[in-house]
Amino acid sequence: MSALLKTVNLERTFGAVIAATDINIEINSGEIVGVIGSNGAGKTTFINMVTGYIQPSDGDILVRGKSIIGKSPREVSLAGVGRSFQIAQLFQELTVLDNILIAHGFSVDRKLNFLKPLRSADKVGKVRSVLREYEIEEYANEVVSTLPQGVRKLLDIAMAMLSKPGLMLLDEPTSGVAVEDKFLLMDTVMAAIRKSNAATLFVEHDMEVVLRYADRVLAFYDGRVLADGPTQKVLSDPKVQELVVGHHLDLSDVKYATKKDSDHA
Amino acid sequence: MSKRSLALLLILGVATLVGGLLLPNWMSYLFTIAMGKGLVVLGLVLLMRAGLVSFGQGLYYCLGAYVAGMLTQFAEVTDVLLILLASVSFSVVIAAIIGLLLCRYREIFFAMFSMAFSMILYGLLVRNQVLGSTDGFNVANPSLLGWAPGPEGASNLVLAVAVLLVFTLGILAWRYLKSLSGYAGEAVRENEIRLEYLGGSVFKIIYVKYIIAAGLAAIGGTVTALVSGHVDPEMAYWTTSGEFVFIALMGGTGHVAAPIIAAVLFESLRTYASAVAPYTWQMILGFALLAIILFLPSGLWSLVERFQNKKPRKAP
Ligand SMILES: Nc1ncnc2c1ncn2[C@@H]1O[C@H](COP(=O)(O)OP(=O)(O)OP(=O)(O)O)[C@@H](O)[C@H]1O
Ligand SMILES: [Mg+2]
Repeated sequence: MSALLKTVNLERTFGAVIAATDINIEINSGEIVGVIGSNGAGKTTFINMVTGYIQPSDGDILVRGKSIIGKSPREVSLAGVGRSFQIAQLFQELTVLDNILIAHGFSVDRKLNFLKPLRSADKVGKVRSVLREYEIEEYANEVVSTLPQGVRKLLDIAMAMLSKPGLMLLDEPTSGVAVEDKFLLMDTVMAAIRKSNAATLFVEHDMEVVLRYADRVLAFYDGRVLADGPTQKVLSDPKVQELVVGHHLDLSDVKYATKKDSDHA
Repeated sequence: MSKRSLALLLILGVATLVGGLLLPNWMSYLFTIAMGKGLVVLGLVLLMRAGLVSFGQGLYYCLGAYVAGMLTQFAEVTDVLLILLASVSFSVVIAAIIGLLLCRYREIFFAMFSMAFSMILYGLLVRNQVLGSTDGFNVANPSLLGWAPGPEGASNLVLAVAVLLVFTLGILAWRYLKSLSGYAGEAVRENEIRLEYLGGSVFKIIYVKYIIAAGLAAIGGTVTALVSGHVDPEMAYWTTSGEFVFIALMGGTGHVAAPIIAAVLFESLRTYASAVAPYTWQMILGFALLAIILFLPSGLWSLVERFQNKKPRKAP
Protein backbone atom coordinates (compact mmCIF):
# COMPACT_ATOMS: atom_id res chain seq x y z
CA MET A 1 0.00 0.00 0.00
CA SER A 2 1.29 3.46 -0.80
CA ALA A 3 2.05 5.89 1.99
CA LEU A 4 -0.53 8.46 3.03
CA LEU A 5 1.96 11.20 2.25
CA LYS A 6 5.22 10.91 0.42
CA THR A 7 7.48 13.72 -0.70
CA VAL A 8 10.21 13.26 -3.26
CA ASN A 9 13.18 15.64 -3.41
CA LEU A 10 10.88 18.46 -2.44
CA GLU A 11 12.35 21.93 -2.81
CA ARG A 12 11.15 25.48 -2.53
CA THR A 13 13.14 28.65 -3.02
CA PHE A 14 12.18 32.27 -2.55
CA GLY A 15 14.64 34.14 -4.73
CA ALA A 16 18.03 33.31 -3.27
CA VAL A 17 16.53 31.88 -0.07
CA ILE A 18 16.27 28.11 -0.02
CA ALA A 19 13.31 27.63 2.30
CA ALA A 20 13.17 23.87 1.83
CA THR A 21 15.29 21.39 -0.07
CA ASP A 22 15.85 17.69 -0.46
CA ILE A 23 12.85 16.74 1.61
CA ASN A 24 12.06 13.03 1.33
CA ILE A 25 9.62 11.77 3.90
CA GLU A 26 6.79 9.30 4.23
CA ILE A 27 3.85 9.49 6.61
CA ASN A 28 1.60 6.51 7.18
CA SER A 29 -1.92 6.46 8.48
CA GLY A 30 -2.42 6.92 12.18
CA GLU A 31 1.07 8.33 12.81
CA ILE A 32 1.48 11.30 15.15
CA VAL A 33 4.54 13.26 14.09
CA GLY A 34 6.07 16.22 15.86
CA VAL A 35 7.84 18.72 13.61
CA ILE A 36 10.60 20.75 15.23
CA GLY A 37 13.08 23.32 13.96
CA SER A 38 14.17 26.83 14.82
CA ASN A 39 12.56 29.93 13.33
CA GLY A 40 12.90 29.99 9.57
CA ALA A 41 13.85 26.30 9.35
CA GLY A 42 11.17 25.66 6.73
CA LYS A 43 8.37 24.06 8.73
CA THR A 44 5.59 26.31 7.52
CA THR A 45 6.95 26.22 3.99
CA PHE A 46 6.68 22.43 4.14
CA ILE A 47 3.07 22.54 5.33
CA ASN A 48 2.22 25.18 2.77
CA MET A 49 3.54 23.00 -0.04
CA VAL A 50 1.77 19.88 1.14
CA THR A 51 -1.56 21.74 1.31
CA GLY A 52 -1.34 23.50 -2.04
CA TYR A 53 -0.95 26.97 -0.56
CA ILE A 54 2.38 27.37 -2.35
CA GLN A 55 3.83 25.25 -5.10
CA PRO A 56 7.23 23.57 -4.76
CA SER A 57 10.04 24.75 -7.02
CA ASP A 58 11.01 21.14 -7.59
CA GLY A 59 10.12 17.61 -6.51
CA ASP A 60 6.85 15.78 -6.03
CA ILE A 61 4.21 15.37 -3.35
CA LEU A 62 2.10 12.22 -3.34
CA VAL A 63 -1.08 11.82 -1.32
CA ARG A 64 -2.11 8.16 -1.27
CA GLY A 65 0.10 7.66 -4.30
CA LYS A 66 -1.35 10.54 -6.33
CA SER A 67 0.61 13.68 -7.10
CA ILE A 68 -0.93 16.91 -5.85
CA ILE A 69 1.45 19.19 -7.70
CA GLY A 70 -0.44 22.11 -9.23
CA LYS A 71 -3.50 21.50 -7.08
CA SER A 72 -5.19 24.35 -5.21
CA PRO A 73 -5.76 24.35 -1.44
CA ARG A 74 -9.37 23.50 -2.20
CA GLU A 75 -8.46 20.46 -4.28
CA VAL A 76 -5.92 19.29 -1.74
CA SER A 77 -8.43 19.61 1.06
CA LEU A 78 -10.95 17.62 -0.97
CA ALA A 79 -8.22 14.97 -1.39
CA GLY A 80 -8.28 14.51 2.38
CA VAL A 81 -5.53 16.75 3.70
CA GLY A 82 -6.55 19.21 6.40
CA ARG A 83 -4.53 21.92 8.10
CA SER A 84 -4.59 24.54 10.78
CA PHE A 85 -2.64 27.75 10.73
CA GLN A 86 0.12 29.35 12.74
CA ILE A 87 -2.28 32.30 13.02
CA ALA A 88 -5.82 30.92 13.20
CA GLN A 89 -7.69 31.58 9.95
CA LEU A 90 -11.32 32.23 10.82
CA PHE A 91 -14.30 34.35 9.87
CA GLN A 92 -13.32 37.01 12.37
CA GLU A 93 -16.49 39.07 12.56
CA LEU A 94 -18.85 36.12 12.80
CA THR A 95 -19.71 34.13 15.90
CA VAL A 96 -18.07 30.83 16.77
CA LEU A 97 -21.32 29.08 15.97
CA ASP A 98 -21.63 30.66 12.52
CA ASN A 99 -17.99 29.81 11.81
CA ILE A 100 -18.50 26.16 12.54
CA LEU A 101 -21.88 26.09 10.79
CA ILE A 102 -20.30 27.45 7.62
CA ALA A 103 -17.47 24.95 7.93
CA HIS A 104 -19.98 22.16 8.37
CA GLY A 105 -21.94 23.32 5.34
CA PHE A 106 -18.90 23.35 3.09
CA SER A 107 -16.98 20.35 4.30
CA VAL A 108 -19.72 17.96 5.37
CA ASP A 109 -22.88 18.83 3.42
CA ARG A 110 -20.84 19.95 0.42
CA LYS A 111 -23.92 21.47 -1.17
CA LEU A 112 -24.45 25.15 -1.67
CA ASN A 113 -28.01 25.42 -0.38
CA PHE A 114 -29.89 28.54 -1.39
CA LEU A 115 -33.01 28.49 0.71
CA LYS A 116 -32.42 26.04 3.58
CA PRO A 117 -31.59 27.94 6.75
CA LEU A 118 -28.01 27.48 7.86
CA ARG A 119 -28.99 27.68 11.51
CA SER A 120 -31.52 24.88 11.45
CA ALA A 121 -32.00 23.12 14.76
CA ASP A 122 -30.47 19.81 13.67
CA LYS A 123 -27.36 21.47 12.18
CA VAL A 124 -26.90 23.60 15.27
CA GLY A 125 -27.22 20.50 17.43
CA LYS A 126 -24.57 18.72 15.39
CA VAL A 127 -22.02 21.52 15.41
CA ARG A 128 -22.62 22.23 19.07
CA SER A 129 -21.54 18.71 19.88
CA VAL A 130 -18.36 19.38 17.89
CA LEU A 131 -17.77 22.56 19.88
CA ARG A 132 -18.29 20.52 23.04
CA GLU A 133 -15.73 17.98 21.93
CA TYR A 134 -13.21 20.82 21.55
CA GLU A 135 -14.37 22.38 24.81
CA ILE A 136 -15.35 25.71 23.31
CA GLU A 137 -19.12 25.43 23.39
CA GLU A 138 -19.40 28.19 25.99
CA TYR A 139 -18.11 30.63 23.37
CA ALA A 140 -20.69 29.63 20.74
CA ASN A 141 -22.32 33.03 20.55
CA GLU A 142 -19.18 35.15 20.87
CA VAL A 143 -17.71 36.96 17.90
CA VAL A 144 -14.38 35.33 17.03
CA SER A 145 -12.32 38.54 16.99
CA THR A 146 -13.07 39.06 20.69
CA LEU A 147 -11.77 35.65 21.78
CA PRO A 148 -8.42 34.56 23.25
CA GLN A 149 -5.85 32.82 21.02
CA GLY A 150 -6.39 29.40 22.54
CA VAL A 151 -10.09 29.37 21.68
CA ARG A 152 -9.36 30.52 18.15
CA LYS A 153 -6.77 27.80 17.67
CA LEU A 154 -9.20 25.17 18.84
CA LEU A 155 -11.93 26.49 16.57
CA ASP A 156 -9.50 26.58 13.65
CA ILE A 157 -8.64 22.92 14.21
CA ALA A 158 -12.23 21.90 14.86
CA MET A 159 -13.28 23.45 11.53
CA ALA A 160 -10.50 21.73 9.62
CA MET A 161 -11.30 18.37 11.21
CA LEU A 162 -14.97 18.42 10.19
CA SER A 163 -14.27 16.90 6.79
CA LYS A 164 -12.46 14.01 8.53
CA PRO A 165 -9.15 14.39 6.72
CA GLY A 166 -6.87 11.36 6.63
CA LEU A 167 -3.90 13.63 7.18
CA MET A 168 -3.96 16.67 9.42
CA LEU A 169 -1.20 19.27 9.55
CA LEU A 170 -1.16 21.55 12.58
CA ASP A 171 1.10 24.58 12.32
CA GLU A 172 2.08 25.53 15.86
CA PRO A 173 -1.23 24.71 17.54
CA THR A 174 0.05 25.99 20.88
CA SER A 175 1.69 29.24 19.81
CA GLY A 176 0.17 32.26 21.50
CA VAL A 177 -1.27 30.04 24.20
CA ALA A 178 -0.15 30.44 27.82
CA VAL A 179 2.34 27.78 28.94
CA GLU A 180 0.00 26.37 31.54
CA ASP A 181 -2.75 25.90 28.95
CA LYS A 182 -0.65 24.17 26.30
CA PHE A 183 -1.21 20.67 27.58
CA LEU A 184 -4.91 21.23 28.07
CA LEU A 185 -5.19 22.38 24.49
CA MET A 186 -3.12 19.53 23.13
CA ASP A 187 -5.01 16.97 25.20
CA THR A 188 -8.27 18.20 23.69
CA VAL A 189 -6.93 18.29 20.15
CA MET A 190 -5.19 14.95 20.34
CA ALA A 191 -8.21 13.24 21.84
CA ALA A 192 -10.30 14.44 18.90
CA ILE A 193 -7.65 13.46 16.39
CA ARG A 194 -7.11 9.99 17.84
CA LYS A 195 -10.83 9.43 17.69
CA SER A 196 -10.85 10.26 13.99
CA ASN A 197 -7.72 8.20 13.39
CA ALA A 198 -6.12 10.92 11.22
CA ALA A 199 -2.37 10.87 10.75
CA THR A 200 -1.09 14.10 12.22
CA LEU A 201 1.90 16.36 11.87
CA PHE A 202 2.17 19.12 14.42
CA VAL A 203 4.78 21.86 14.49
CA GLU A 204 5.91 22.60 18.02
CA HIS A 205 8.71 24.54 19.68
CA ASP A 206 8.19 23.19 23.18
CA MET A 207 10.05 19.89 23.61
CA GLU A 208 7.90 18.90 26.56
CA VAL A 209 4.87 19.02 24.32
CA VAL A 210 6.66 17.11 21.56
CA LEU A 211 7.73 14.37 23.94
CA ARG A 212 4.30 14.05 25.36
CA TYR A 213 2.35 13.66 22.10
CA ALA A 214 4.60 12.65 19.23
CA ASP A 215 5.49 9.07 18.29
CA ARG A 216 7.90 10.30 15.70
CA VAL A 217 9.83 13.52 15.17
CA LEU A 218 10.94 15.36 12.06
CA ALA A 219 13.69 17.86 12.82
CA PHE A 220 14.12 20.64 10.26
CA TYR A 221 17.28 22.66 10.03
CA ASP A 222 18.01 25.28 7.41
CA GLY A 223 15.40 23.95 4.99
CA ARG A 224 16.48 20.31 5.33
CA VAL A 225 15.33 17.35 7.33
CA LEU A 226 18.14 16.91 9.85
CA ALA A 227 16.65 13.89 11.57
CA ASP A 228 13.59 11.70 11.28
CA GLY A 229 12.70 8.87 13.66
CA PRO A 230 11.15 7.84 16.95
CA THR A 231 10.72 10.79 19.33
CA GLN A 232 13.19 9.67 22.03
CA LYS A 233 15.83 8.81 19.49
CA VAL A 234 15.66 12.07 17.54
CA LEU A 235 15.56 14.24 20.63
CA SER A 236 18.53 12.53 22.20
CA ASP A 237 20.58 12.98 19.02
CA PRO A 238 23.39 15.43 19.95
CA LYS A 239 23.22 17.07 16.50
CA VAL A 240 19.51 17.79 16.96
CA GLN A 241 20.12 19.05 20.48
CA GLU A 242 22.84 21.38 19.28
CA LEU A 243 21.23 22.72 16.09
CA VAL A 244 17.51 22.51 16.78
CA VAL A 245 16.80 22.36 20.48
CA GLY A 246 19.63 24.75 21.30
CA HIS A 247 20.47 23.15 24.62
CA HIS A 248 21.03 19.79 26.18
CA LEU A 249 17.92 17.80 26.91
CA ASP A 250 18.04 15.36 29.78
CA LEU A 251 15.32 12.96 28.73
CA SER A 252 15.43 11.23 32.09
CA ASP A 253 14.13 14.44 33.67
CA VAL A 254 10.68 13.78 35.01
CA LYS A 255 9.12 16.73 33.16
CA TYR A 256 9.92 15.00 29.88
CA ALA A 257 7.96 11.95 30.88
CA THR A 258 6.06 10.74 27.86
CA LYS A 259 2.46 9.82 28.03
CA LYS A 260 3.38 6.16 27.90
CA ASP A 261 5.89 6.45 30.75
CA SER A 262 3.42 8.20 32.99
CA ASP A 263 0.82 5.59 32.12
CA HIS A 264 3.22 2.94 33.32
CA ALA A 265 4.11 4.83 36.47
CA MET B 1 -40.45 32.04 8.30
CA SER B 2 -43.47 31.61 10.55
CA LYS B 3 -47.06 31.70 9.32
CA ARG B 4 -47.60 34.81 11.41
CA SER B 5 -44.81 36.82 9.82
CA LEU B 6 -45.88 35.60 6.40
CA ALA B 7 -49.40 36.85 7.08
CA LEU B 8 -48.02 40.16 8.33
CA LEU B 9 -45.93 40.50 5.19
CA LEU B 10 -48.95 39.74 3.03
CA ILE B 11 -50.93 42.47 4.78
CA LEU B 12 -47.99 44.84 4.42
CA GLY B 13 -47.71 43.97 0.73
CA VAL B 14 -51.39 44.60 0.05
CA ALA B 15 -51.24 47.83 2.04
CA THR B 16 -48.21 48.97 0.05
CA LEU B 17 -49.97 48.15 -3.18
CA VAL B 18 -53.23 49.88 -2.24
CA GLY B 19 -51.30 52.81 -0.81
CA GLY B 20 -49.25 53.07 -3.99
CA LEU B 21 -52.35 52.99 -6.18
CA LEU B 22 -54.08 55.67 -4.10
CA LEU B 23 -51.14 58.05 -4.29
CA PRO B 24 -51.37 60.94 -6.73
CA ASN B 25 -50.04 59.87 -10.13
CA TRP B 26 -46.67 61.60 -9.88
CA MET B 27 -46.08 60.01 -6.50
CA SER B 28 -47.07 56.51 -7.48
CA TYR B 29 -44.77 56.94 -10.47
CA LEU B 30 -41.86 57.80 -8.17
CA PHE B 31 -42.82 54.97 -5.89
CA THR B 32 -42.70 52.46 -8.76
CA ILE B 33 -39.30 53.77 -9.85
CA ALA B 34 -38.13 53.40 -6.26
CA MET B 35 -39.30 49.77 -6.17
CA GLY B 36 -37.33 49.11 -9.34
CA LYS B 37 -34.20 50.76 -8.01
CA GLY B 38 -34.67 49.02 -4.69
CA LEU B 39 -34.39 45.68 -6.48
CA VAL B 40 -31.20 46.76 -8.24
CA VAL B 41 -29.75 47.81 -4.91
CA LEU B 42 -30.86 44.55 -3.28
CA GLY B 43 -28.60 42.77 -5.77
CA LEU B 44 -25.79 45.18 -5.05
CA VAL B 45 -26.21 44.50 -1.34
CA LEU B 46 -25.70 40.77 -1.92
CA LEU B 47 -22.34 41.60 -3.47
CA MET B 48 -21.47 44.13 -0.78
CA ARG B 49 -22.05 41.56 1.93
CA ALA B 50 -19.37 39.53 0.21
CA GLY B 51 -17.09 42.58 0.36
CA LEU B 52 -17.48 43.56 -3.29
CA VAL B 53 -18.76 46.92 -4.49
CA SER B 54 -19.92 47.05 -8.09
CA PHE B 55 -19.86 50.46 -9.74
CA GLY B 56 -21.45 48.97 -12.80
CA GLN B 57 -24.92 47.70 -11.92
CA GLY B 58 -26.13 50.28 -14.46
CA LEU B 59 -25.04 47.78 -17.10
CA TYR B 60 -27.76 45.29 -16.23
CA TYR B 61 -30.26 47.97 -15.25
CA CYS B 62 -29.87 49.41 -18.74
CA LEU B 63 -29.77 46.04 -20.49
CA GLY B 64 -33.01 44.99 -18.81
CA ALA B 65 -34.63 48.29 -19.76
CA TYR B 66 -33.49 48.11 -23.39
CA VAL B 67 -34.59 44.52 -23.81
CA ALA B 68 -38.01 45.57 -22.48
CA GLY B 69 -38.14 48.61 -24.73
CA MET B 70 -37.01 46.75 -27.83
CA LEU B 71 -39.52 43.98 -27.29
CA THR B 72 -42.41 46.46 -27.16
CA GLN B 73 -41.15 48.55 -30.08
CA PHE B 74 -39.64 46.05 -32.48
CA ALA B 75 -41.31 42.76 -31.66
CA GLU B 76 -44.67 44.03 -30.45
CA VAL B 77 -44.35 41.93 -27.34
CA THR B 78 -46.04 43.84 -24.53
CA ASP B 79 -46.81 41.14 -22.03
CA VAL B 80 -45.15 42.18 -18.81
CA LEU B 81 -44.34 38.60 -17.79
CA LEU B 82 -42.74 37.75 -21.11
CA ILE B 83 -40.79 40.99 -21.04
CA LEU B 84 -39.50 40.32 -17.54
CA LEU B 85 -38.51 36.80 -18.49
CA ALA B 86 -36.64 38.00 -21.56
CA SER B 87 -34.87 40.87 -19.77
CA VAL B 88 -33.73 38.70 -16.93
CA SER B 89 -32.61 35.84 -19.16
CA PHE B 90 -30.63 38.09 -21.45
CA SER B 91 -28.90 39.92 -18.58
CA VAL B 92 -28.14 36.70 -16.78
CA VAL B 93 -26.46 35.30 -19.89
CA ILE B 94 -24.37 38.45 -20.28
CA ALA B 95 -23.50 38.36 -16.56
CA ALA B 96 -22.51 34.71 -16.84
CA ILE B 97 -20.00 35.68 -19.52
CA ILE B 98 -18.65 38.89 -17.99
CA GLY B 99 -18.63 37.27 -14.55
CA LEU B 100 -16.07 34.73 -15.70
CA LEU B 101 -13.56 37.54 -15.89
CA LEU B 102 -14.89 39.95 -13.29
CA CYS B 103 -15.28 37.51 -10.42
CA ARG B 104 -11.53 36.93 -10.32
CA TYR B 105 -11.00 40.49 -9.14
CA ARG B 106 -11.48 42.14 -5.79
CA GLU B 107 -11.82 45.56 -4.23
CA ILE B 108 -11.08 48.54 -6.44
CA PHE B 109 -10.39 46.34 -9.46
CA PHE B 110 -13.78 44.70 -9.20
CA ALA B 111 -15.41 48.11 -8.83
CA MET B 112 -13.57 49.65 -11.76
CA PHE B 113 -13.92 46.68 -14.10
CA SER B 114 -17.64 46.50 -13.46
CA MET B 115 -17.84 50.21 -14.24
CA ALA B 116 -15.82 49.73 -17.42
CA PHE B 117 -18.30 47.19 -18.77
CA SER B 118 -21.23 49.50 -18.13
CA MET B 119 -19.40 52.33 -19.90
CA ILE B 120 -18.85 50.08 -22.91
CA LEU B 121 -22.60 49.54 -23.13
CA TYR B 122 -23.15 53.27 -22.78
CA GLY B 123 -20.73 53.90 -25.64
CA LEU B 124 -22.42 51.31 -27.85
CA LEU B 125 -25.89 52.74 -27.23
CA VAL B 126 -24.84 56.33 -27.77
CA ARG B 127 -23.49 55.39 -31.21
CA ASN B 128 -26.52 53.39 -32.21
CA GLN B 129 -28.91 55.47 -34.39
CA VAL B 130 -31.58 52.75 -34.57
CA LEU B 131 -31.87 52.79 -30.78
CA GLY B 132 -32.15 56.57 -30.71
CA SER B 133 -28.56 57.32 -29.75
CA THR B 134 -28.37 59.61 -26.69
CA ASP B 135 -32.13 60.25 -26.78
CA GLY B 136 -33.07 56.61 -26.43
CA PHE B 137 -36.58 55.64 -27.50
CA ASN B 138 -40.08 55.20 -26.18
CA VAL B 139 -41.48 52.05 -24.67
CA ALA B 140 -45.05 50.96 -25.40
CA ASN B 141 -47.58 50.31 -22.64
CA PRO B 142 -47.37 46.84 -21.19
CA SER B 143 -50.18 44.30 -21.05
CA LEU B 144 -50.82 41.24 -18.93
CA LEU B 145 -51.97 37.90 -20.34
CA GLY B 146 -53.89 39.55 -23.17
CA TRP B 147 -55.34 42.29 -21.01
CA ALA B 148 -54.19 45.71 -22.23
CA PRO B 149 -55.09 48.50 -19.85
CA GLY B 150 -54.92 52.07 -21.13
CA PRO B 151 -51.97 54.38 -20.40
CA GLU B 152 -53.09 55.07 -16.85
CA GLY B 153 -53.95 51.46 -16.17
CA ALA B 154 -50.57 50.46 -17.51
CA SER B 155 -48.69 52.37 -14.81
CA ASN B 156 -50.94 50.81 -12.20
CA LEU B 157 -50.19 47.42 -13.69
CA VAL B 158 -46.45 48.07 -13.48
CA LEU B 159 -46.81 49.32 -9.93
CA ALA B 160 -48.67 46.16 -8.95
CA VAL B 161 -46.09 43.94 -10.63
CA ALA B 162 -43.26 45.90 -9.00
CA VAL B 163 -44.74 45.59 -5.52
CA LEU B 164 -45.36 41.90 -6.06
CA LEU B 165 -41.77 41.42 -7.22
CA VAL B 166 -40.33 43.40 -4.34
CA PHE B 167 -42.18 41.26 -1.83
CA THR B 168 -41.56 37.85 -3.39
CA LEU B 169 -37.94 38.54 -4.29
CA GLY B 170 -37.44 40.21 -0.92
CA ILE B 171 -38.64 37.10 0.89
CA LEU B 172 -36.50 34.86 -1.32
CA ALA B 173 -33.48 37.07 -0.72
CA TRP B 174 -34.16 37.02 3.01
CA ARG B 175 -34.17 33.23 3.01
CA TYR B 176 -31.15 33.17 0.76
CA LEU B 177 -29.16 35.32 3.17
CA LYS B 178 -29.94 32.87 5.96
CA SER B 179 -28.80 29.89 3.91
CA LEU B 180 -25.29 28.57 3.44
CA SER B 181 -25.00 30.45 0.13
CA GLY B 182 -25.94 33.64 1.90
CA TYR B 183 -23.47 33.17 4.73
CA ALA B 184 -20.87 32.18 2.16
CA GLY B 185 -20.81 35.86 1.19
CA GLU B 186 -19.72 36.90 4.66
CA ALA B 187 -17.25 34.05 4.65
CA VAL B 188 -15.69 35.34 1.43
CA ARG B 189 -15.47 38.82 2.88
CA GLU B 190 -13.89 37.59 6.10
CA ASN B 191 -11.45 34.96 4.91
CA GLU B 192 -11.14 33.47 1.44
CA ILE B 193 -8.25 31.21 2.40
CA ARG B 194 -10.22 29.52 5.12
CA LEU B 195 -13.14 29.00 2.79
CA GLU B 196 -10.96 27.39 0.13
CA TYR B 197 -9.45 25.08 2.74
CA LEU B 198 -12.95 24.08 3.77
CA GLY B 199 -13.46 22.90 0.22
CA GLY B 200 -15.58 25.91 -0.84
CA SER B 201 -15.06 27.55 -4.20
CA VAL B 202 -14.72 31.30 -3.65
CA PHE B 203 -15.04 31.94 -7.36
CA LYS B 204 -18.29 30.01 -7.62
CA ILE B 205 -19.77 31.80 -4.62
CA ILE B 206 -19.00 35.24 -6.03
CA TYR B 207 -20.01 34.24 -9.55
CA VAL B 208 -23.46 33.11 -8.43
CA LYS B 209 -23.97 36.31 -6.44
CA TYR B 210 -22.89 38.40 -9.40
CA ILE B 211 -25.41 36.68 -11.64
CA ILE B 212 -28.22 37.04 -9.11
CA ALA B 213 -27.38 40.73 -8.76
CA ALA B 214 -27.48 41.13 -12.55
CA GLY B 215 -30.91 39.48 -12.70
CA LEU B 216 -32.24 41.80 -10.01
CA ALA B 217 -30.78 44.84 -11.79
CA ALA B 218 -32.44 43.76 -15.04
CA ILE B 219 -35.79 43.49 -13.27
CA GLY B 220 -35.26 46.98 -11.84
CA GLY B 221 -34.45 48.31 -15.30
CA THR B 222 -37.50 46.64 -16.81
CA VAL B 223 -39.79 48.13 -14.18
CA THR B 224 -38.29 51.56 -14.79
CA ALA B 225 -38.62 51.26 -18.56
CA LEU B 226 -42.23 50.12 -18.41
CA VAL B 227 -43.39 52.73 -15.94
CA SER B 228 -41.56 55.66 -17.50
CA GLY B 229 -42.32 54.64 -21.07
CA HIS B 230 -38.83 55.57 -22.11
CA VAL B 231 -35.26 54.27 -22.10
CA ASP B 232 -31.99 56.06 -22.79
CA PRO B 233 -28.24 55.31 -22.47
CA GLU B 234 -28.04 57.35 -19.28
CA MET B 235 -29.24 54.19 -17.53
CA ALA B 236 -25.83 52.63 -18.18
CA TYR B 237 -23.87 55.76 -17.33
CA TRP B 238 -21.61 55.53 -14.32
CA THR B 239 -23.58 58.12 -12.37
CA THR B 240 -26.57 55.78 -12.45
CA SER B 241 -24.44 52.98 -10.99
CA GLY B 242 -23.10 55.47 -8.47
CA GLU B 243 -26.65 56.24 -7.43
CA PHE B 244 -27.21 52.56 -6.65
CA VAL B 245 -24.10 52.53 -4.48
CA PHE B 246 -25.37 55.69 -2.79
CA ILE B 247 -28.70 54.04 -2.00
CA ALA B 248 -26.95 50.90 -0.76
CA LEU B 249 -24.77 52.92 1.61
CA MET B 250 -27.79 54.86 2.72
CA GLY B 251 -29.78 51.76 3.65
CA GLY B 252 -26.97 49.54 4.78
CA THR B 253 -26.58 45.82 4.23
CA GLY B 254 -28.18 44.66 7.47
CA HIS B 255 -31.51 43.48 6.04
CA VAL B 256 -33.21 42.90 2.70
CA ALA B 257 -35.74 45.62 3.48
CA ALA B 258 -32.98 48.22 3.87
CA PRO B 259 -32.29 48.81 0.15
CA ILE B 260 -36.00 49.04 -0.66
CA ILE B 261 -36.70 51.55 2.08
CA ALA B 262 -33.56 53.48 1.18
CA ALA B 263 -34.62 53.63 -2.46
CA VAL B 264 -37.98 55.11 -1.52
CA LEU B 265 -36.27 57.65 0.75
CA PHE B 266 -33.72 58.45 -1.91
CA GLU B 267 -36.31 59.14 -4.59
CA SER B 268 -38.32 61.28 -2.18
CA LEU B 269 -35.26 63.19 -1.05
CA ARG B 270 -34.15 63.78 -4.59
CA THR B 271 -37.57 64.94 -5.74
CA TYR B 272 -37.92 67.22 -2.78
CA ALA B 273 -34.38 68.56 -3.03
CA SER B 274 -34.61 69.25 -6.74
CA ALA B 275 -37.93 71.04 -6.23
CA VAL B 276 -36.78 73.35 -3.43
CA ALA B 277 -33.24 73.82 -4.71
CA PRO B 278 -33.12 73.13 -8.45
CA TYR B 279 -29.44 74.02 -8.72
CA THR B 280 -28.04 72.60 -5.54
CA TRP B 281 -29.92 69.38 -5.02
CA GLN B 282 -26.81 67.32 -5.66
CA MET B 283 -25.21 69.21 -2.80
CA ILE B 284 -28.10 68.32 -0.52
CA LEU B 285 -27.70 64.65 -1.46
CA GLY B 286 -23.97 64.99 -0.87
CA PHE B 287 -24.52 66.27 2.64
CA ALA B 288 -27.04 63.52 3.28
CA LEU B 289 -24.47 60.93 2.23
CA LEU B 290 -21.80 62.59 4.36
CA ALA B 291 -24.10 62.56 7.38
CA ILE B 292 -24.85 58.88 6.91
CA ILE B 293 -21.21 57.90 6.54
CA LEU B 294 -20.26 59.93 9.61
CA PHE B 295 -23.12 59.05 11.93
CA LEU B 296 -24.57 55.82 10.57
CA PRO B 297 -21.72 53.99 8.88
CA SER B 298 -23.84 50.85 8.71
CA GLY B 299 -26.66 52.72 7.02
CA LEU B 300 -30.18 53.63 8.06
CA TRP B 301 -30.93 50.03 8.94
CA SER B 302 -28.64 50.38 11.95
CA LEU B 303 -31.27 52.71 13.38
CA VAL B 304 -33.73 49.84 13.29
CA GLU B 305 -31.19 47.57 14.90
CA ARG B 306 -30.47 50.13 17.58
CA PHE B 307 -34.18 50.42 18.17
CA GLN B 308 -34.51 46.68 18.55
CA ASN B 309 -31.47 46.86 20.82
CA LYS B 310 -29.99 43.87 19.10
CA LYS B 311 -27.43 41.83 20.91
CA PRO B 312 -25.48 39.31 18.85
CA ARG B 313 -28.22 37.17 17.38
CA LYS B 314 -28.95 34.14 19.49
CA ALA B 315 -28.99 30.81 17.82
CA PRO B 316 -32.11 28.66 17.82
N1 LIG C 1 6.67 34.10 1.05
C1 LIG C 1 7.99 34.10 1.33
N2 LIG C 1 8.82 34.94 0.66
C2 LIG C 1 10.14 34.95 0.92
N3 LIG C 1 10.74 34.17 1.81
C3 LIG C 1 9.97 33.32 2.52
C4 LIG C 1 8.56 33.24 2.31
N4 LIG C 1 8.05 32.31 3.14
C5 LIG C 1 9.08 31.82 3.84
N5 LIG C 1 10.25 32.42 3.48
C6 LIG C 1 11.59 32.12 4.00
O1 LIG C 1 11.75 30.73 3.99
C7 LIG C 1 12.40 30.30 5.17
C8 LIG C 1 11.56 29.29 5.89
O2 LIG C 1 10.41 29.93 6.42
P1 LIG C 1 9.23 29.18 7.19
O3 LIG C 1 8.14 30.15 7.40
O4 LIG C 1 8.93 27.93 6.48
O5 LIG C 1 9.93 28.83 8.57
P2 LIG C 1 9.33 28.14 9.87
O6 LIG C 1 10.16 26.96 10.14
O7 LIG C 1 7.87 27.95 9.74
O8 LIG C 1 9.64 29.23 10.97
P3 LIG C 1 8.79 29.72 12.26
O9 LIG C 1 9.16 28.81 13.37
O10 LIG C 1 9.29 31.09 12.49
O11 LIG C 1 7.36 29.67 11.90
C9 LIG C 1 12.71 31.55 5.98
O12 LIG C 1 14.02 31.95 5.70
C10 LIG C 1 11.72 32.56 5.46
O13 LIG C 1 12.24 33.86 5.56
MG1 LIG D 1 6.19 28.63 10.70
